[in-house]
Amino acid sequence: MSAAAGLADVFTRCREEGRAALIGYLPVGYPSVEGSIDAVRTLAEAGADIIEVGMPYSDPVMDGPVIQRAATEALAKGVHVDDVFRAVSAAREAGAVPVVMSYWNLVLRRGVDRYAADLAAAGGAGIITPDLIPEEAGEWRAASERHGLDRIFLVAPSSTTERIAVVTEATTGFVYTASTMGVTGARGSVGGTAAELVARVRSTTDLPLCVGLGVSTGAQAAEVAAFADGVIVGSALVSTMLDRDPEEGLAALRDLTRELTEGVRGRA
Amino acid sequence: MTDEQQPTTDGPGPSAPEVPGRFGAFGGRYVPEALIPALEELDEARRKAMVDPDFVDELARLHRTYTGRPSIITEVPRFAEHAGGARVILKREDLNHTGSHKINNVLGQALLTKRMGKRRVIAETGAGQHGVATATAAALMGLECTVYMGRVDTERQALNVARMRVLGATVVPVEHGSATLKDAINEAMRDWVTNVEHTHYVLGTVTGPHPFPEMVRDLHKIIGEEAREQVLELTGRLPDAVIACVGGGSNAMGIFHRFVSDEAVRLIGVEAGGEGIESGRHAARFATAEPGVLHGAMSYLMQDAEGQTLETHSVSAGLDYPSVGPEHSHLRDSGRAEYRYATDEQVMHAFELLCRTEGIIPALESAHALSATLDIGRELGPDALLLVNLSGRGDKDMHTVAEWFGLVDGDAGAEA
Repeated sequence: MSAAAGLADVFTRCREEGRAALIGYLPVGYPSVEGSIDAVRTLAEAGADIIEVGMPYSDPVMDGPVIQRAATEALAKGVHVDDVFRAVSAAREAGAVPVVMSYWNLVLRRGVDRYAADLAAAGGAGIITPDLIPEEAGEWRAASERHGLDRIFLVAPSSTTERIAVVTEATTGFVYTASTMGVTGARGSVGGTAAELVARVRSTTDLPLCVGLGVSTGAQAAEVAAFADGVIVGSALVSTMLDRDPEEGLAALRDLTRELTEGVRGRA
Repeated sequence: MTDEQQPTTDGPGPSAPEVPGRFGAFGGRYVPEALIPALEELDEARRKAMVDPDFVDELARLHRTYTGRPSIITEVPRFAEHAGGARVILKREDLNHTGSHKINNVLGQALLTKRMGKRRVIAETGAGQHGVATATAAALMGLECTVYMGRVDTERQALNVARMRVLGATVVPVEHGSATLKDAINEAMRDWVTNVEHTHYVLGTVTGPHPFPEMVRDLHKIIGEEAREQVLELTGRLPDAVIACVGGGSNAMGIFHRFVSDEAVRLIGVEAGGEGIESGRHAARFATAEPGVLHGAMSYLMQDAEGQTLETHSVSAGLDYPSVGPEHSHLRDSGRAEYRYATDEQVMHAFELLCRTEGIIPALESAHALSATLDIGRELGPDALLLVNLSGRGDKDMHTVAEWFGLVDGDAGAEA
């Protein structure tokens, strides 16, 4: 993959290989800024196609207990928005395509255009905005056009046909398809609702559809890969590093990532 | 401004939003996509309900027979002697069932919950008054109820936690973040995202995503409608200033709204100055803050240089919140309303003064408004007529007050 590869290149390549993309989430700053950058490299080297670098936030309403715990510790240790761009660069250098997952006030506070410029300069491909809907995103739409970034909005099982049309019209890169109603975190089952939602969204758009919230094992990744273009894993990856020393954590992260890469190939 | 004010025409004031969900630059909907259908359903339900005679009559009947409305007004001349001799009138929302203005909003939202066919309500609470009011309405209407409350607040408002549990509600202490009101809201929003199909989030103030700021204001505007009429009847004129405390800002919007079009009436909101602005330990959003997004709305917000929410402080749990209702931000920027702050010390002085001069124990939130009233009365002089919203009673604050003034012997204070 060339250094300038974008999200579209990832999905083209995955389609050629007859598989789904693996998208891994990690928060910058956990277990430390340097440790998180090591984790991002490990995730890329172990086979994640796209890396979602999460910026810890004081009021993360979409995050469940695992990611919130990591984010709280990262904030307490003094993680800064600039660190996101370092992690993005590291992901890019390690061969993955990085996107940022950020609550909106952090982007707003830096200045939407400045944030977009800094992200593009670091090699980022776009931003996932869990608390920004297309109707409120006028400034971001303009800035993302200017800086060549993708806008990844979300659809949820509660989304009506009208909402799906509004969201997919505004989205570029891929559509973040929330598998269940709720917050981030591993779940026993992600199948039914997600498949049904993916089918509904497919009838509206040709964009790649990636399913997140709840996937934690290779088998679940395989199940989702059967109907989605990408599988998003967050809390399960973060869990590998909780309560472990850094080296053990990175080894566990590598093992799970490899299991998930088999999953998106339908081999788990 | 001590000339006699003449009443102006009826009808809503210019604070009505210019576009749906926006108050000037503020408001909006900054929430996960999963909640948008629920917000649209709520918006449609409340628009229909507000013009449906069945809903309007039922809410009015509940206010008459359950809440105790209209709440009275009380003139407080002995207190007013300390306010430059100005004439001071209190709107007695503390006399409502459950002890504060909060019941106005929750009865309306509980009725809407039933109309939407949902069976469960959730709420956040800081001082506990909104939680108690929600638990009360849920008991009355046969709804399941879960209330989220920061651990810090469950400790300083232990009696209200017990009241909610007696009423049948589940109280969930929230441990993370600053363990205060904002974290309780985060937790309530997580619950809502997960259970939105059968659960309505009874947001307690004029913050949050559209339609909450507008809907909660409309459910509280009865305060100002009654007070305006009562003051006119008592004095023959409009007040020179209407004064209310502002945490999220629901009691203030409730009393302000009917006066917004009375341009000569000053609208004065009072924030929590905590230990002083310089100390950084306060919740005076307008004194220091810049616009930002929190809990679904764009408004003034206490945040650091990168946009992380700052921790706040107030002696009053109900005002300990880093943002403020977006309509207040608009009223402030448009110059229609003024915002001041009172420090914990000034608040406790005003609290004690009202207790000793009038035999009324106010909530510490309301004591912020009383503190500013002392200053405003001195500024305007003896001809001024001041209307103050006494938003709640102080029973819940006795533990804090007893500690502050050293009123309880030995270990008994800790048991209060």
